[in-house]
Amino acid sequence: MKIAVCVSHVPDTAAKINITGDGKGIDQNGVTYVVNPYDEFAIEEALKTKEKLGGDTVVISLGGEANKETLRKALAMGIDNAVLLKDDAYRDSLSVAKALADEIKSQNAELVFFGKQSVDFDNSVVGQITAELLGYSCVSVVVDFKLDGNKIIAEREIEGGKEVVETTLPAIITAQKGLNEPRYASLKGIMAAKKKVIEEKPASSANNFVEVITMKRPAPKQAGKIVGTDATAVPELIRLLHEEAKVI
Amino acid sequence: MGNKILVFIEQRNSQIKKASFEAAKTAHDLSSKLSLEAEAVVIGNDINNLESIGNYGINKVKHFKNPDLLSYSPSAYTKILNEYAKESGASIIIVPNTSLGKDLAPRVSAKLDAGLAMDCIALDVQSKEIIATRPIYAGKVLLDVKLSSPVKIFTLRPNIFPATVVGDSKAEVSITNVDNPDLSTKVIEIKKSEGKLDVAEAEIIVSGGRGMKGPEHFKLIDDLAEILGAAAGSSRAVVDAGWRPHSEQVGQTGKTVSPTLYIALGISGAIQHLAGMRSSKFIVAVNKDKDAPIFQIADYGIVGDVFEVVPAMIEEIKKIKS
Repeated sequence: MKIAVCVSHVPDTAAKINITGDGKGIDQNGVTYVVNPYDEFAIEEALKTKEKLGGDTVVISLGGEANKETLRKALAMGIDNAVLLKDDAYRDSLSVAKALADEIKSQNAELVFFGKQSVDFDNSVVGQITAELLGYSCVSVVVDFKLDGNKIIAEREIEGGKEVVETTLPAIITAQKGLNEPRYASLKGIMAAKKKVIEEKPASSANNFVEVITMKRPAPKQAGKIVGTDATAVPELIRLLHEEAKVI
Repeated sequence: MGNKILVFIEQRNSQIKKASFEAAKTAHDLSSKLSLEAEAVVIGNDINNLESIGNYGINKVKHFKNPDLLSYSPSAYTKILNEYAKESGASIIIVPNTSLGKDLAPRVSAKLDAGLAMDCIALDVQSKEIIATRPIYAGKVLLDVKLSSPVKIFTLRPNIFPATVVGDSKAEVSITNVDNPDLSTKVIEIKKSEGKLDVAEAEIIVSGGRGMKGPEHFKLIDDLAEILGAAAGSSRAVVDAGWRPHSEQVGQTGKTVSPTLYIALGISGAIQHLAGMRSSKFIVAVNKDKDAPIFQIADYGIVGDVFEVVPAMIEEIKKIKS
């Protein structure tokens, strides 16, 4: 079975994000990029599935030259092959999904893992859109995944619990934290990944429907009142919450 | 090209979710600003009090009905909403950004080749066009976007758009029985967390961080949460340490929340945590370190020991509640 993983290359969650002067993008100065945190769970699940059932794994990323760093990390963890769909331009989620769907089809991958969302634009939609474009089934925000023959039983996180979902291959699974414990790349894996060739091809083109008008910082929140420095301040705190803020 | 606003009404266990009333009222507001007709769509079996959608300004409800649609089925719901969007000539689709809405909206977007703005916190109308504001980088940045596709889909962050009652009118419900829904992907069981509120839905959240010093001390968090009817939350540090489950994590790799009251206990306020909770209406922080970043966004703070302050809070709230 061919198993694919789609990954994105995003600013570290610890990074302070500054907006460029034109208000249309992010100032790259001093921003470290990493594998999208949720994609690490996707990579791990692809590796575990291969270890159990055999098959070939491929990691796919759409973006610029810098995305190779993230692809190499996936190779170092144990993914067999890597494809970079090259495109430096801004794309909305639908347009990203169309290019990924084309590549998944040409790879003939039957099972595809995504992170449940990229921590940059936070849409959490590319996996589901890609599945619908391909006519694959899809379970999103997955914390438990079982494959038995053609049948999938996956648990997805919902408000106050989990839904157990049943479906069949071919399928896309989007990974939530808790699905597994991503492995560290071994030194041997890192060395091997350095030697591997990352296949590069242009991303297939598609229209953008989402036009960025402007980016702005959220209004700064006023620092409030320090009510006190020990437990004696508690009655006043509770009074403020009860009478001033009226929230309890 | 269509000229109608469709609002998706989510039901769980035949009850309409609060986020759906927020979406209905928002669709009503858009319909007057854009001079478009608005209609609600709901998928399920028997649904309690469906006419009450009329109170939020939506007078027509289309109800797709089948016992197998009581629980979510991504395949069936997608097919029904996609087909009805086409049939009714929808040009704008509003969906609550709940776990169900987040799964469904992108699927319908793929089917309709519709642009999509997820997790919106404002929809502003300028020259008959919708400008959507959505947090990105977990709220470190706000992005304004415009959609240029013929059909446009917006999902709304819960607890942001007010579900204001606009009148006392019953919506006219038209039922379509669905024969053989496409159940190729379906929910076969729902596992509820034992009686616990979820941070994503709670009005009040009591969150603990590393300052709680160990998993055994989270009973304090749970006790305070219980007396307030709040959900228990956690910082990433304590989830990564295995003290608390990931479902409680607030922040950039956890949940982004906007409760009425957020109480941060022993949380210093890493940038990824602040991003996930800064839109809370009121923030209370208790921390030993007066320079902790959490105090920069807290409305009320106590610089002090959580192990002294929290028990005192519990006692004081008991007095108010009694």
